[in-house]
Amino acid sequence: MNAAYLYSLIAVVLLGLLAYAGVAVAGLEGLFGIFIPYVALIVFVAGFANRIIGWGKTPVPFRIPTTSGQQKSLPWVKHDKFDSPYNTIGVIGRMALEILLFRSLFKNSRVGFSDAGGYQKIYYKWVVWLWLFAILFHYAFLVTIVRHLRFFAEPVPFFVEMLAKVDGMMQVGAPGMYLSGVVLLGMAMLLLVRRIVLPKVKYISMAADYFPLLLIIGIAATGILMRHFAKVDVAAVKELTMGLATFRPAIPEGDISALFYVHMFFVSLLVAYIPFSKLMHMGGVFLSPTRNLPNNSRAVRHVNPWNYPVKTHTYEEYEDDFREKMKEAGLPVEKE
Amino acid sequence: MYDKGKIVTGLVIFFVILAFPFWYNRGASSPAPELELTDKAKQAEKCIEETAFMTKEHMQLLNQWRDAVARDGYRIYVSEDGDEYVASLTDTCMDCHSNKADFCDRCHDYVSVSPYCWDCHTYPEENN
Repeated sequence: MNAAYLYSLIAVVLLGLLAYAGVAVAGLEGLFGIFIPYVALIVFVAGFANRIIGWGKTPVPFRIPTTSGQQKSLPWVKHDKFDSPYNTIGVIGRMALEILLFRSLFKNSRVGFSDAGGYQKIYYKWVVWLWLFAILFHYAFLVTIVRHLRFFAEPVPFFVEMLAKVDGMMQVGAPGMYLSGVVLLGMAMLLLVRRIVLPKVKYISMAADYFPLLLIIGIAATGILMRHFAKVDVAAVKELTMGLATFRPAIPEGDISALFYVHMFFVSLLVAYIPFSKLMHMGGVFLSPTRNLPNNSRAVRHVNPWNYPVKTHTYEEYEDDFREKMKEAGLPVEKE
Repeated sequence: MYDKGKIVTGLVIFFVILAFPFWYNRGASSPAPELELTDKAKQAEKCIEETAFMTKEHMQLLNQWRDAVARDGYRIYVSEDGDEYVASLTDTCMDCHSNKADFCDRCHDYVSVSPYCWDCHTYPEENN
C-alpha cells in the first residue's frame, strides 16, 4: 500500500463527509453554499495573479527553447518552423499546438530492451496512451465547465445550449447522459490507475499528484450521481447559483440534497487549490521558457538582465594611456 | 517584471472570461419560475405521486413509461398509493397539465433542458 494515495483518498473522503455532515446534520447550507464558494473564488483570483506575476518577475537570462528540429540557419538549410521557431509567429504556432493539442506529450516515447534476433537491442517506441487520456480528460473538463454556465447565466447563452445538445446527442435516458461527464470520470480514473499500477510512475507520484485527481473524480462522481441517480431539484440549484452570480446569495426553498453541497465543496476546494499546486500548469504553460522563446540565440544578442555594468579598459584606451611611451620603445601603435 | 505588457494583458483577458457570469447577468435577479396549475390540476390536489418526487423524477418516470408502453406493451402504471393510471404523456400528464407553456416550459427553459418528448407527442392547444 502506498501512503501517498491512501492519504489523498482519506483526505478527499473526509472532506466529502465533512460537507455532507455539515449540511445534513448541522444545517450549514450558507457556509458550504455561499461563504466557501466566494472565499474559494477570491483565493483563486488572488493566488493565480500572484503566481503569474511571480513568474513574470523571474528573469530568463538565456534562450532555453527545447528544440527537436533544425533551427533557422543558412538559406539552404531547411528550417523547422514549429520545432525550432525563429520569430513570434513561429512561437505562437508552437504554443497553440502545445496548448490546444498537447504536442510535446504526443511525442511521448518509451525506452526498452528487446531480445529479438538473439541479442539485446535498445528500442524507442512511440506511446500514445497518456496523450490520449490527457487530451480527452482536458477537453471533457472544458466542455463540462462550459455546460455548467447554464447554472450561472440567465438567459442561457446559445453556445451553452448548443454544446449541451452536442454533448447529449446519444440521448441515453432522461435526463440525458452527457458524453463529457462519462469521459471526464473515465479518463480521470485511468490517469489515477496509471499512477497506481505503473511502477515507475508510482515511484515518482506524491500525495499532491493523487489529491487533485481524486478530487476531480469526486466532483465528476457527485455530479453524475445528482443528474442520474440521487436527483436534486435543478431549478432550486440554479436559484442558488444565480444568487451567487448576481451577488444576491440566498439558500432557496426546494429539495437540494447534501450531495449537492458536497459537489459544491469539492469544486470550491479544487478552485482554491489551483494556485498552490501543479494545477497551476493552466497558467504556467503560457510562461514555459522552453516553449515560448524563439530559438534565435545566434541571430540576436541576449543580455542577461541581472548583469551589472562591467568596468572595461579597451585596447584603444590603453593605447591612449601609453602612446608616447610605446612610441619611445618602438612599439607599433594603431593611432598616431 | 519582464514582458509585463503581454503577461498582464493575458491575465486580464483570463479574469474577464472567468467573470462571465458576473458581467453577463449584470446582477439581475432571476429566481426559480413559479409554475401555474390549471384548474383541473388544482382540483386533483395531488399528481400521480408526491410533488417532491414528481419535481425530481418525472423525466425518469416518463422514460420508464416510454419503454414500458412502446417496447413491452404495459400501459398501466400503479402509483405508490395503489391508484392505476394509463401510462401516457398526452392522455394522463397533459390532461391536467394542459398548459405546457406555463408549466413544462417554464422550468425547462430556466435550467436549459430541451426534452425531446414533443418531437413526437402532440400537446393540447392552449386557450388563452
